[in-house]
Amino acid sequence: MSLLETKKLVKKFGGVRAVDHVDVRFEAGMLTGLIGPNGSGKTTLINTLTGLLPMDGGTVVVSDNVALHAVRPTSIATYGLTRTFQSVRLFEQMSVLDNLLVVLTERNVWGALFERHGKYHLDTAEDILKKVGLWEKHHELAGTLSYGQRKLLEIARAVSMRARVYFFDEPFAGLFPEMRKVVSAILHELRENGAAVVLVEHDMDLIRSLADYCYVLDSGTVIAEGAPEAVLKQANVIDAYLGK
Amino acid sequence: MEYLIHIAILVSIYSILGLSLNLVVGEAGLLSVTHAAFYGIGAYATALLLTESGMNFFLAMLIGMVITGAIALLIGAVLSRFDGDFYALGSLGFNVIVFSILLNWQSLTNGPLGIPGIARPSLFGFSFESNTSFLTLSLVLLALVWGICTLITRSSFGRVLHAIREDEQAIQVFGYTTTYYKLVIFVLSAMLAAVAGALFASYITFIDPSSFTVNESIFMLSIIILGGLASHRGAVLGAAFLIILPEALRFAGFPTDVAAQMRQVTYGAILILLMLYRPQGLLGEYRL
Ligand SMILES: Nc1ncnc2c1ncn2[C@@H]1O[C@H](COP(=O)(O)OP(=O)(O)OP(=O)(O)O)[C@@H](O)[C@H]1O
Ligand SMILES: [Mg+2]
Repeated sequence: MSLLETKKLVKKFGGVRAVDHVDVRFEAGMLTGLIGPNGSGKTTLINTLTGLLPMDGGTVVVSDNVALHAVRPTSIATYGLTRTFQSVRLFEQMSVLDNLLVVLTERNVWGALFERHGKYHLDTAEDILKKVGLWEKHHELAGTLSYGQRKLLEIARAVSMRARVYFFDEPFAGLFPEMRKVVSAILHELRENGAAVVLVEHDMDLIRSLADYCYVLDSGTVIAEGAPEAVLKQANVIDAYLGK
Repeated sequence: MEYLIHIAILVSIYSILGLSLNLVVGEAGLLSVTHAAFYGIGAYATALLLTESGMNFFLAMLIGMVITGAIALLIGAVLSRFDGDFYALGSLGFNVIVFSILLNWQSLTNGPLGIPGIARPSLFGFSFESNTSFLTLSLVLLALVWGICTLITRSSFGRVLHAIREDEQAIQVFGYTTTYYKLVIFVLSAMLAAVAGALFASYITFIDPSSFTVNESIFMLSIIILGGLASHRGAVLGAAFLIILPEALRFAGFPTDVAAQMRQVTYGAILILLMLYRPQGLLGEYRL
């Protein structure tokens, strides 16, 4: 089942189409790779789908039944979408624990005003922080963590959302091998639990081992799609990476 | 002694202003330069209710808070769509507008002549006529405001404000309509400023528009920047410091008019030194 699909999605920067009539489908229980050379539009596609950038054309279909021509950032959570940021965006001057609690508690303004986080929220946050090995640091400010820890915390924050579609924009970049294992395991688990996991990654070995399906972007268009093994052998894909 | 009580009352009033302004500036990271407008609206509303209808001070204060909240709701509905520099400039604009309304709507506010003869509060036959009793009342209200601010900042709502301060767009992606949060905290903060306004009006027993200028808003910002953003204790420390300092200058032998001017220079110098050496303020942990 498709949890998120785009039809002829367009995003322009001035005259340049950074996303150019893109059709992609993200299915439940599948890990979909989104690859392509630098500047090919992977992050821009995610930013458009999560409402950070207004779309300039096309349609976004959520769970096969809601067709959108505009996506607001504040509503993506209700569509079951969540994400990490390539340029890690944590709440720096908040504790590690608060970075998770803030996505676990009440969304409604009045509800939030009269709510204090409860044991349930704390337990959930503790579980997830232990999973990424950051529980010992839960009182420290997010801004004091190392780069790798910051990426893990961002992944933990996305996982806390219990979403249906997860976008991970280069979650492995700059991580030590043991941290990479943790991230792989998390992506696997989300996929096993039936989520659609979207992974942007430059390491083709990782794509081969993790992705069920992949799309290759080049200059904002999808130039190839299919099983990673087959796609990565295609001549036009190799050319795109070699910059021909 | 009477003089010390006078200073303590002023410190309490400005502590309330600092605590309430901190909700918007320190907690939510929105640089509001319009707090004196709400202080003024609260003061005028209370003063007019007291002089025109002779109602009880506490009732007048509550109605004043509601009026201030309603006006803040209108102003905030516009401001909450902004952030950063635009928020600061927009809010400053509103302070200017409110000030000129206080100055020019003569039939209501009596314009530059102000409103004299505002009564001191009384409750169940007990009058807060003496400064000692007024100080007690001020401290009780300060404690109440402190408590309300603590409840707000420790709630889930307070945590969302911090996230808005850190990265508004990021927290939107996690399902928060930040505009509502910014609006609600702006209104709550304004209503608490009205408490300070009511106290001030009935303490001095006379108000005119000159107490509610943009300069006054900047003075309130200095209080919380000096004391430390998002710190309750910092707001009180900042108020005490900036109220007592000019008095100390006077005692150091400077003539009153020189002291008044030194006061401006000193605020400026303190702010510059802080930005250079301790941008998070004396007791604060956060930067804007
Ligand atoms: N905010 C922006 N304003 C203008 N141009 C932009 C903006 N963001 C991205 N671009 C341009 O859009 C194109 C796609 O960029 P994008 O960041 O999506 O690529 P990417 O595939 O994520 O690359 P990388 O692998 O390096 O992360 C690039 O040419 C980039 O310069
Ligand atoms: Mg990118």
